[in-house]
Amino acid sequence: MAQNTATPLVEMRNISISFGGIKAVDHVSVDLHPGEVVGLLGHNGAGKSTLIKCLSGAYHADQGEIFINGEKVDIRSPIDARSHNIETIYQTLALADNLDAASNLFLGRELVTRSGFVDDARMEAETRKIMHRLNPNFQKFNVPVSALSGGQRQSVAIARAVYFNAKILIMDEPTAALGPQETEMVAELIQELKKEGLGIFLIDHDIHSVMKLCDRASVMKNGQLIGTVDVKKVTDEDILGMIILGKPPAQAA
Amino acid sequence: MTDTTRPTADATEAQPSLLSRFLRDTEIDTRLLGMAGALVLIWVGFHFYGAIFKGFGAFLTPRNLWNLSVQTSSIGIMATGMVLVIISRNIDLSVGSLLGVCAVMMGMVQVYWLPQLVGLGNPMIWVITGIIGMVMGAFIGAFQGWLIAYREIPSFIVTLGGLLVWRGCAFLMNRGETISPLDENFTLIGGGPYGAIGATGSWIVGLLGCAFILWGLWNGRKQRIAFHFPLRPVWAEMFLAVLGCGLVIGAVLLVNSYEWPIGIVRQYAAAKGLTTDPANLHISYGFAIPVLILVVVAILMNILMTRTRFGRYVFAIGGNPEAAALSGIKTKWMTVKIFALMGFLTGLSAIVASARLNSATNALGELDELFVIAAAVIGGTSLAGGIGTIFGAILGALVMQSLQTGMVLIGVDAAMQKVVVGAVLVLAVWLDILYRRKTK
Ligand SMILES: Nc1ncnc2c1ncn2[C@@H]1O[C@H](COP(=O)(O)OP(=O)(O)O)[C@@H](O)[C@H]1O
Ligand SMILES: [Mg+2]
Repeated sequence: MAQNTATPLVEMRNISISFGGIKAVDHVSVDLHPGEVVGLLGHNGAGKSTLIKCLSGAYHADQGEIFINGEKVDIRSPIDARSHNIETIYQTLALADNLDAASNLFLGRELVTRSGFVDDARMEAETRKIMHRLNPNFQKFNVPVSALSGGQRQSVAIARAVYFNAKILIMDEPTAALGPQETEMVAELIQELKKEGLGIFLIDHDIHSVMKLCDRASVMKNGQLIGTVDVKKVTDEDILGMIILGKPPAQAA
Repeated sequence: MTDTTRPTADATEAQPSLLSRFLRDTEIDTRLLGMAGALVLIWVGFHFYGAIFKGFGAFLTPRNLWNLSVQTSSIGIMATGMVLVIISRNIDLSVGSLLGVCAVMMGMVQVYWLPQLVGLGNPMIWVITGIIGMVMGAFIGAFQGWLIAYREIPSFIVTLGGLLVWRGCAFLMNRGETISPLDENFTLIGGGPYGAIGATGSWIVGLLGCAFILWGLWNGRKQRIAFHFPLRPVWAEMFLAVLGCGLVIGAVLLVNSYEWPIGIVRQYAAAKGLTTDPANLHISYGFAIPVLILVVVAILMNILMTRTRFGRYVFAIGGNPEAAALSGIKTKWMTVKIFALMGFLTGLSAIVASARLNSATNALGELDELFVIAAAVIGGTSLAGGIGTIFGAILGALVMQSLQTGMVLIGVDAAMQKVVVGAVLVLAVWLDILYRRKTK
């Protein structure tokens, strides 16, 4: 494919990280191109979340290198990650339940007035704008997000990534807590963001949605990368085999 | 100007009751209203109990209410800090002891050391002493916060240790001896006839307060118009303006109607060489200085919590510490800052408390931690973290102090007072749980 010869948006090379002797991620390399969705698959505990946390700044890899647009970067904190336009939607929704949508959307990056106070009115106005685009039905702006449904909460989390012009979006099981309709909404959103040229890492348990939404899929097991395949060239069974047996399919992509 | 009231989306639903419509339009917080109601009940209850069974209702008198305001100051100042500590899912059991050690330190500074350096009665003594007390409190608080955040020792343990350590230090520093009297300027901070701002001063403060309220309402409305947010109906704005200004002016009238006792007036007249008959001199107390300190602290702390990033982060940490950290908030450093602030306010409270008694003893502030925590919790701060308001905590402190004062006035003995205060605390938290369940 043409895009795979260009410089990748993200390249994670030989990433390793262990916790008290357990190798959660063991020499894993993955990459991502603009406008591409790469699925990360594997059983619970395979190391998917840990791998992407090295990119989002929540963890710092013991070994390995990360390149953004071909340049080596050192990501030591979520703030570093954000400065590279990396936004993350975490598996456990990283929202503060007691705050409203606007406060969550701008958490850590509040808009302030000239005198340095948080500008709640402007943040709410901005939130109304972005939510109107992503989820026009959303109305609950003045209540804590604990009062929102799973889908509404997820749209707040996604709005946060979109608002701050993510170029690299990490989604860790974004639909795990959602009903079918809400899952569909997230799927549509992913396709739209992909069209806008974002690169997306998508961790998802549902092989069908991975087959539908992703261009490539990387499969992990016990912290190791089993392989990366082009989803158009493999079947569901091939990927299932990789996940369960930990064997790459006959024709590696 | 046309009035864009909120859309009547519930046209199909049954008409909401008059009361709920009123609360919705004025946006008055129902739990704050409930607490104010409880406070009025306590006041009226004690007053009429006294009037009926003791022949004299002593509670609703200028004298008692003025004293109540002064007694609430010390606990109230600390309660504003405790709100932050509890919102961020911590607790501070050491504030009473910290108050004691800061007070003894300040006692020694202003009575033993500074007079020798700068001369007795030097007007800088109270300034330097106060700064030392607050800085000492902030440092000790920061140290405890560091142990909690960076050494990951639970705050309950760190501050339980602190409760013993600082109380012990307060004793050791001056071998348990009481330091008294304190510097004359310093004691003004504690209130008393000279530690109050008088009638004119109180009117100035009151009018400034009214101007502030009106400006706040007007500015809020301007903001809402600018962003096309739903507005309160004009009558609701009017109501809030009248209510706010009415409370402020009522407070001014109250503190101004409390006059100096004749003995003090004589003393004052003699000192000033006045020839008027002291019996004809009516001098009002006006607002006590510690009360003004509490008001300023409350306003600043409320701004901190609702209008700054720091406050936003305190709430975020309480709501979801992991999410806060992933959003780039330095949660550990925040914890240190929160405890430093708590310590700073405890130092300030130590100034007020020791100045009021005109003495510093190692026992000062004993059991204060419980009253402070109770004030915050009664005021709606959730022990689960993430929820709480500064004004609620001050109302909570006022409730606690009103109970205490009222029981003293009607002659409830000390043991029974403890039973009542303890029971009220538990009851208040239970009501709070019921309230939250209902409004969820
Ligand atoms: N902070 C941590 N401390 C200790 N072990 C961890 C930590 N984070 C992840 N692990 C371990 O790393 C492994 C991979 O976990 P994870 O990345 O969450 O898997 P996945 O997201 O694929 O289900 C698991 O064995 C997990 O217990
Ligand atoms: Mg995971």
